[in-house]
Amino acid sequence: MKFRTYGYAGALLALSSLPAETLAATVRVGVVLTYTGGAAQLGQQIDRGMNLYIKQHGSELGEHNIELIKRDSKRPGGDIAKTAVQELITRDQVDLLTGFVFSPNAMASAPLVTRGQVPMVIMNAGTAWIPSLSPYIVRVSFTMWQFGHPMGGYAYDSLDCKSAASGYTDYPPGKDSVAAFKHGFERAGGELVDSIPMGSPREVPDFTPFFQRVKDAKPDCFYVFVPGGNHSTAVVKTFADLGMKQAGIRLIGPGDITQDTKLQSMGEDAVGLVTMHHYSADYETPENKAFVQAWKAEYGADTTPDFMGVAGWDGMAAIFHVIRSQNGKIDADGAIQALRGWKFNSPRGPILIDPDTRDIVQDVHIHKVVKSGDRLAIQVVGTIPQVKDPCKALSLGKCAN
Amino acid sequence: MPSLVGSHTRRQQMQPTQNNQHPSRRHRWHLAEALPWVIAVGAYFVFPDYLAFGTQILITIIFAISLDLILGYAGIVTLGHAAYFGTGAYAAGMLSAHLGWNEPISGLVLAGTAAAVMGWISGLVLLRYRGLALIMLTLATAILLYELANTFEDITGGFDGLLGIHISPLLGKFDNDLWGHNYYWYTLTVLVIVFLAARRVVFSPFGRSLIGIRDNVQRMHAIGTPVYRRLVTIYTISAGLAGIAGGLFAQSNAFVTLDVLGFARSGTILVILILGGTGRLYGAFVGAVVYMVVEDELTKLSPEFWEFGVGLVLVLVVLFARRGLLGFITDMNELMHKARS
Repeated sequence: MKFRTYGYAGALLALSSLPAETLAATVRVGVVLTYTGGAAQLGQQIDRGMNLYIKQHGSELGEHNIELIKRDSKRPGGDIAKTAVQELITRDQVDLLTGFVFSPNAMASAPLVTRGQVPMVIMNAGTAWIPSLSPYIVRVSFTMWQFGHPMGGYAYDSLDCKSAASGYTDYPPGKDSVAAFKHGFERAGGELVDSIPMGSPREVPDFTPFFQRVKDAKPDCFYVFVPGGNHSTAVVKTFADLGMKQAGIRLIGPGDITQDTKLQSMGEDAVGLVTMHHYSADYETPENKAFVQAWKAEYGADTTPDFMGVAGWDGMAAIFHVIRSQNGKIDADGAIQALRGWKFNSPRGPILIDPDTRDIVQDVHIHKVVKSGDRLAIQVVGTIPQVKDPCKALSLGKCAN
Repeated sequence: MPSLVGSHTRRQQMQPTQNNQHPSRRHRWHLAEALPWVIAVGAYFVFPDYLAFGTQILITIIFAISLDLILGYAGIVTLGHAAYFGTGAYAAGMLSAHLGWNEPISGLVLAGTAAAVMGWISGLVLLRYRGLALIMLTLATAILLYELANTFEDITGGFDGLLGIHISPLLGKFDNDLWGHNYYWYTLTVLVIVFLAARRVVFSPFGRSLIGIRDNVQRMHAIGTPVYRRLVTIYTISAGLAGIAGGLFAQSNAFVTLDVLGFARSGTILVILILGGTGRLYGAFVGAVVYMVVEDELTKLSPEFWEFGVGLVLVLVVLFARRGLLGFITDMNELMHKARS
């Protein structure tokens, strides 16, 4: 017995009023996400963003239907995702693939989508060079370099940081983020005095010794990458406990440390934190207000979308664009052609798929944590428009080929 | 020594029924032993769309057999068997990614050798201990290797994985196609060889002495068996087979991440073997197929809540079939016989 999750067939309503000139097609989309384990929350955000888009815009598909076939990629090991992708391509014969939370899962699957000629819309997986691995990959999320690199320049030019130290959780997003910051900061003219690995993403370390080392080095800025949640709460708390603010050190980082879903648990000490990111639920644009309102109506007033939810929404918008432009009959080369240079008014602002790299181009905002009533909120204090992935733009390291 | 004798008789009651047969006949092939191979070949034709998944099952069976040799026959409880699976996987992967050694069969032999060497070196230290200390040290070995691979990510690819593995077609002809046809046969062939080797080991005098060590180590010492040396030997063989499973894993996926050394892999293979039944070789087949098929089907049924179903199956097995599924079947058989006579 096979059970499948069917997407909303909003088209059924439209069908009655439309003359059936073209044949109605059912487009099968394979969704590979982490639905269980430590990263289940991330998979859930994307899944909700995706479903919300289908619910709100399902009728725009005309007479076509969309069917989602969901698979759990479980761990970041690559093998489970790869087997799932293989079966989705050969047995379920999906027209498109999407999802992918962990970078290794997208990387392991890249050769399969090349061979099977199935377009793949990546909704998270932020390692910079992933779209170079297959001509059928398009990414709507971000790369770590899009925040760390401009943050380096911004810290030197606008925050008056002439010297900086960095601390990071010791896994690829952390290393990427700090490498990007170092490059951007040194290119602007700053001096990075120290770079400290601070434990694994699995458990929250005692940050005191690392932070004390930074305090003794007395840089102007301290750039920190840690996963959102307990890690970032501990970072903010340790920073306050050691009196580093009073010592003249400014805490900065990418927006991962002030993720919307985790922000409220960070406490008063987070106020004044400056981060750089492409999305916050607190954006005041009409698109975002409508999005957040629809989200809360669908999933409860105490829930909030974060950048993952938006990636699910935007990724589904990209898939809808492909279905519409190809009139329901998906051809891989045509789909990628349709997505090259695709523009969309996302809740995060205007986004574009770079025609050359098939990667996302988006506005990056400078966030400041402020107190608004009894909750913490993100205030946008500056915007860097239409940032391309700096790693590929500058041909650095593995991004060179 | 009354206590010793007591423990001996108690243990003997727990033995699988194969010990009831006459020793000179134990090693002979039974008709029922053809069953798994008929199923494996039949599966190729019945489920042509599931072959990539089938290949993963076959790899898991090889890994489980390697664990059965030390856990089921020699009584070495380990929580770090992924160390050797991972060593094999990284050996096969890095041979291709860094040295351009893309020939799969020699790559697989080297993967097994690398893991056997790793097993021998670590076994020399580990097997001086028994019980809880041994369990903790096997766990520590796997964690050490994991962090080693994490630290040297320039060579291993670290968390993000080792890119650039390009395995040549088998025998210059058979590529790893999208449907997994060729690799299914490749893996099945390797499984046959591994199984025959393991079966030979188990029924040899050497294998019998391992069972003696498992059941009563004092007595084996007393009759002059070189216990430590026997354990190191079987540990090395087992690590080599685990390395072959890892090598196949790396070749079939053309991708290796830190996950191959992870604790989850060590734990899962232990669960799979105990589910099927330890100390009977075929437990590896039953455990791997049942666990992986149940997990796969439940994942499709409900991507969010499949873990509950897997947990429920395991709880039921622990409650009602303590010696694994195969043990349950033999116990039932015995009950029927007793009822008849």
